[in-house]
Amino acid sequence: MKSLPLLFLGIFFTLAFSWMGLILTPHVQMRELTPATPEVTNAAGEPIAGATYVDEQTGEEKLGEDQDGVTANPQPLVGSAQRGKIVYQKMGCLYCHSQQVRRAGFGADFERGWGNRQSVARDYIATERVMLGTMRTGPDLANVGLRYSELWQYQHLYNPQITSPGSTMPPFAFLFEVQKISETRGPSPNAIEIPEEYHPGDGLEVVPKQEAKDLVSYLMNLRQDYELPEMKFTQ
Amino acid sequence: MSTRPSLLSSFRPSGEPELDLKARLGEVDTSMRTPAMLFIVSSVLWLMAGTILALMAAIKATNPDFLGEQAWLTFGRVRSAHLNAMIYGWGNNVIFAVAPWIMGRLCRARIRHTNILLVAGVFWNIAVTIGIFGILRGDMVAVEWLEMPGYITPIVAIAYALVGVWVVIAFRWRQSNHVYVSQWYLLAAFFWLPWLYTVAQIMLVFEPAQGVVQSLTNWWFAHNVLGLWLTPVGLAAAYYLIPKVLGRPIHSYYLSVLGFWALALFYNWAGIHHLIGGPVPAWIISAGTVASVMMVIPVVVVAVNHHLTVVGLHKPGWASPTIRFVVFGAINYTAVSLLGSTMALRSVNEVTHFTHFTVGHAHHGVYAFFTMVMFGAVYYMMPRLLLREWPNAFLIKVHWWMCALGILLMVVALQIGGWIQGLQMNALTEDGTPVYTFLETVENTKPWLWARSLSGLMLLIGHIAFGINVFWIIFQKQPAKASEESQPTLLTPESSQA
Repeated sequence: MKSLPLLFLGIFFTLAFSWMGLILTPHVQMRELTPATPEVTNAAGEPIAGATYVDEQTGEEKLGEDQDGVTANPQPLVGSAQRGKIVYQKMGCLYCHSQQVRRAGFGADFERGWGNRQSVARDYIATERVMLGTMRTGPDLANVGLRYSELWQYQHLYNPQITSPGSTMPPFAFLFEVQKISETRGPSPNAIEIPEEYHPGDGLEVVPKQEAKDLVSYLMNLRQDYELPEMKFTQ
Repeated sequence: MSTRPSLLSSFRPSGEPELDLKARLGEVDTSMRTPAMLFIVSSVLWLMAGTILALMAAIKATNPDFLGEQAWLTFGRVRSAHLNAMIYGWGNNVIFAVAPWIMGRLCRARIRHTNILLVAGVFWNIAVTIGIFGILRGDMVAVEWLEMPGYITPIVAIAYALVGVWVVIAFRWRQSNHVYVSQWYLLAAFFWLPWLYTVAQIMLVFEPAQGVVQSLTNWWFAHNVLGLWLTPVGLAAAYYLIPKVLGRPIHSYYLSVLGFWALALFYNWAGIHHLIGGPVPAWIISAGTVASVMMVIPVVVVAVNHHLTVVGLHKPGWASPTIRFVVFGAINYTAVSLLGSTMALRSVNEVTHFTHFTVGHAHHGVYAFFTMVMFGAVYYMMPRLLLREWPNAFLIKVHWWMCALGILLMVVALQIGGWIQGLQMNALTEDGTPVYTFLETVENTKPWLWARSLSGLMLLIGHIAFGINVFWIIFQKQPAKASEESQPTLLTPESSQA
């Protein structure tokens, strides 16, 4: 093992091998994934696993989501929720919260109410920045939009102790404006209710900034509450 | 040298062939003196910054209100700033000091045009500084181990290339006939990192891949920064320093060949164990698990090889600061790798995944193995580059005891605490409801996290002792000259020598 070219080839191919195996192959395997409808069937009664399918009677290509009352999932985030995702990213929420439900029987994800089906690759195809996460210092958030109200989210962000005493989550009070209640216009309609113990004081109110509104909008949109051809509820 | 000076010949690192070995090694040392000092001083400053960020994050983990008023000091950012300061600030700077020097010495090839190394060093540190501030101000890329914002990528890439090229040049024009195992590890590491980094930047930052391919790329990259960059450099240094200090050749050449290629083949695939149970194809997880378990081969091979080299020489080893740190690192390489292979098993991973156990494991690898070996390398290298001895053996002892005990406390606390956390998170009563509420599991981790903060304090003390010694040896007015006869700095009295 003295020759540079030979050594170099070995060094090159070992890494190339893993890159092809772990990245290129799954990329090829999964790039065909599209938003799907859970139970829409074609003329032959088979479930359709893609957004589009060919109607065998007319021969025309149809969109799964064109069907009345049926949505192909997952849907991409839009507007406020999409901006909220950026807030989630830059606050580093990823480092304490995962966004993936493991299958029933592997861990206690179902029993803790973090989801009623396992997360699958298709759930993430519309996600610009996939944050599966590797820590659960806090609970999993794949379905957090189904678990709490908007008010709960605001209070919890303002000071986690309000809703979750003993929590080690940092407060995000800097996403809120503590302001004097206007004497002429009265309390702001956006002000959130804060319990006495955590309230900043008489004559003051707590109003979420735009970033907090976006973040809550994002959190409320975290929900894998649809079935997919490959994954039904309680699976 | 060459009669016709040309660009190519100006890069030729070969020394005068008629000089004897010692003089040629002296040439290598002289050529590396200035750049190595730049990199070491930078690395020590980053080590301090990273330690302070780490302590802040550690305290926040039990007292979330601590420094909680500003967005730029929120836990997610401080923690990421800590990680990046340690890996790209401390780790890479110390590698840039140690690796070209070891490569140069083994190749008997001095590093030429060291001004280029100095420029690269300055730009590297500017880039990392901007990157850390970028994370704190909210430009963070939400990808683990890749948080520094995309706008520093070009500087990082160019600065890295200007360092890495000297390692390849030294190897290409080596004057030695024999190629030693450390040289393979270094050559491979300096080739693997840019490839990993380029692919990760393209597939995660500039043109993000679709869906969970991002997560796969993330863990292929992040785990390989440890496995194919920090680990090979750490092993190269251990392979170089243990025989050098103890005056005994490495036990087996063939074992070292086997260890190298087994690592090259299996470590690549292992990172996917961070996604066990996740929404990725099951076959990939299986491949990652198999590779993680196969890592037992290179780990045991290296362990046997190192152990058989050291065996019987523990006493003189204990007297040498270098050997204390390097052997501690080598033992922990074995321990952390075997634990890592176990953690990749699905049944074990079910408990340890998502808990502080993983954090403990990461520090076990990056600190107890890599960082400790690098400390040992610095203790060996600086007296030889500066031709003077370490000014204070007591500070070395403080450094050693604080860091060795501190990191053991951290790893043990986080892994026991994390294991309990995992068990409680998964525990179900007979009718299928969780035994512990989530907040109860959080509460039960707090004592262990306090122990972690305490260990951080110990490491800080150790790092301060190290930092003082480093600045002292560089800037002292009347250095204790190292002459032919003088002994290297020893930690135990001469009489106890073998």
